[in-house]
Amino acid sequence: MSPTLVILLVASLVAASCALVGTFLVLRKMALLGDAISHAVLPGIAIAFLVTGDRAALPMLLGAGALGLITVLLVELFNRSRRLREDASIGVVFPALFSLGVILISRYAAQVDLDLDCVLYGEIAYTPWDTLTWGGTVLGPKALWVNGAVLLVDLLAVLLLYKEFKLSTFDPGIAAALGFSPVLLHYLLMSLVSVTVVGAFESVGAILVVAMLVVPPATAYLLTERLGRMLVLAVTLGVASAVGGYGFARWLDCSIAGAMASTAGLFFVAALLFSPGHGLLAHLVIMRRMSGRLSGELLLLHLQKGGEGLPISTLERRFGWPRRRLERVLARLRREDWIERHGEGVRLTASGAQALESSGRVELAHRLEPTAG
Amino acid sequence: MELSFTARNVLLGATMLGALGGTLGSFALLRRQSLLGDALAHAALPGVCLAFLLTGAKNPLPLFLGALAAGLLGSLLILATVRFSRIKEDSAIGIVLSVFFGIGIVLLTYIQKLPTGNQSGLDKYLFGQAATLVAEDLKVMAVLGAVVIAAVLLFYKELKLLAFDSAFGSSLGLPMCRLEILLTLLLVIVVVVGLQTVGVVLIVATLITPAAAARQWTDRLGAMVLLSAGIGAAAGVAGSLASASVPRLPTGPVIVVVSSGVLILSLLFAPHRGLLWGLLRERRVADRIRRENLLKDLYLQGERREDWDSFLSWPLLMGVRGQTAGELKSSARPLLREDLAERSGDSLRLTSEGRRQAEGVVRKHRLWEVYLTRRLELPSDHVHRDAEAMEHTLTEETVAQLEDMLGYPEVDPHGRRIPARRTA
Repeated sequence: MSPTLVILLVASLVAASCALVGTFLVLRKMALLGDAISHAVLPGIAIAFLVTGDRAALPMLLGAGALGLITVLLVELFNRSRRLREDASIGVVFPALFSLGVILISRYAAQVDLDLDCVLYGEIAYTPWDTLTWGGTVLGPKALWVNGAVLLVDLLAVLLLYKEFKLSTFDPGIAAALGFSPVLLHYLLMSLVSVTVVGAFESVGAILVVAMLVVPPATAYLLTERLGRMLVLAVTLGVASAVGGYGFARWLDCSIAGAMASTAGLFFVAALLFSPGHGLLAHLVIMRRMSGRLSGELLLLHLQKGGEGLPISTLERRFGWPRRRLERVLARLRREDWIERHGEGVRLTASGAQALESSGRVELAHRLEPTAG
Repeated sequence: MELSFTARNVLLGATMLGALGGTLGSFALLRRQSLLGDALAHAALPGVCLAFLLTGAKNPLPLFLGALAAGLLGSLLILATVRFSRIKEDSAIGIVLSVFFGIGIVLLTYIQKLPTGNQSGLDKYLFGQAATLVAEDLKVMAVLGAVVIAAVLLFYKELKLLAFDSAFGSSLGLPMCRLEILLTLLLVIVVVVGLQTVGVVLIVATLITPAAAARQWTDRLGAMVLLSAGIGAAAGVAGSLASASVPRLPTGPVIVVVSSGVLILSLLFAPHRGLLWGLLRERRVADRIRRENLLKDLYLQGERREDWDSFLSWPLLMGVRGQTAGELKSSARPLLREDLAERSGDSLRLTSEGRRQAEGVVRKHRLWEVYLTRRLELPSDHVHRDAEAMEHTLTEETVAQLEDMLGYPEVDPHGRRIPARRTA
């Protein structure tokens, strides 16, 4: 297998499994727990390394997985003691564990090839040459096997427990009432996150893991209302970020992991701006349209009560709008044929009166008016 | 201890950083923005790299300004994303953190491959290497620290309002939004100051851990800020001394481990909020409830049989409350010790003092039942469970008032006699 293909495959596997579990993290507002786990697994890796003396995949996975769960448990312990809030619990737990990991490595493992920078910031470029051997046969790149297995586990869990995860994410109360255990599902999800982070950690580094856990699912969240579609979109966006990022990295000759995270960010910004349902531009258009409609209705209402032919200067004084806004609103009303020129000013047409009636604005105005007498 | 020149620099830097982080961290903690510092630290990387690319030199000032600008941009993006889209704060922080950092790594690797060579050492600048602190850095640190402290003192009242009740502040006409930006700016300054000493990942701990520890000891902001700064500084001193005297012990992580240790001790032992005291209190209450329940059970049996002299056997008593022999034995022990009950083989009976105390419990129970049926008009078969809880919490004084209010009833809603008040 060519190195390029291996790198692309590993990155895509990582992206897909991160997107699957990350979707639930984002929906449950626990995105930063992923960040915490991805840093806090370091002492697990260090301990596994110190105990076994080499970089075998399985002990490291186990050690790191255990630390991932310990992180979650500690954060919840602090939370539940009600002495620290959730953000603070996360903020104190992972640096402490990470520090222990750094101390362990620099005290006892500095001379061997457990390179801190590499573990943390990841060098996916090395994955093709870090191969797995079994009984003398070379089975291919280790990262491919590890992350493939992780993706399989995640996929199976999400497919088999789709309904359960969905319900306990959106309405834990109902989920509990129907007999699913939200607590059990929570821990299952946390275990999946730990396994995913750990599998990805060594091959792509902590930061890319965080990016892949949070950014593609958040991007998908801006694009759809349906969980199924969000999962598919998140996986697609994750893989696209991986492939696109690799292209960038080759082009600029820079860090592959960094380029992948940046590409994911690019997709997010695009969705944030241009998403049809939740993008900032769509919001802006809707807001403008609504404010235009409201201004028009207010003007119509005023003309209805003001009687024949109010001069524009009067309207300008009474509404206190800038001249340009007033003219824009008037022009639109004239196009709709709801007002017409009358003497020095404008007045309501019959169809304008009708439009005003059907808008419900008149009734609302009546209700808001203080009753006379 | 004789300190080398480098070690003295590290000591000074770590202490200053600890005090600064502790001060600002208090506000971040109270505003529930603990992880903002984490995001700011990561977001600073591309700023540092860009500043280096533009100026082409590792001058502290431009690098600092670059980090400051990038950190501020990151925090504004978080605020804006949360404000204007459906993305929640945790995701926004995660996105800014990882994407900015990703961009930073791209720039960093790009810089390292430039023909100007590998002289930049930017990664050490960011991933924390206290030993690289030079006198120049310390001067920058001291000046910035003074600015931050001055700003906190000057705007103390406003920042306090921001931490506790921002809406009230706006209603007073204070520019809360601008104050929020000021606080973020101060946070960014501290974060950037700390980058070189403890590194990107651990900055958040220098902000939050001392503040979280200080929070356990006091409910007053002033005291909390001072204590937090003190804990931060002390951890800085301890961390730098330890790493100076033990080979291959990195400063930043040791500082974090020390302040985390202080946090754990505070969580356990701080007066009032300490978890240990809470557990002890809970245990004491549970013991009292168990004791009162056994007294009451013995009393009820005696009342039903109209026989106060016979001993009641273990199996019988175990059946009443569904307890195991062990549980029963442990609740009986204090009664026997205080001479409220006496034991003969495997059976128990109340002493006269025990009966007097048991009457007190039963009295509370039955008066409460009367109160619930008469005043709250609950059906009489609904009141027992509530009274089971209230019998352990009502005070003598309340019970006396209750009795007076109810006109000294003689029987409870189930027709059983309410024991009269007895003076010891």
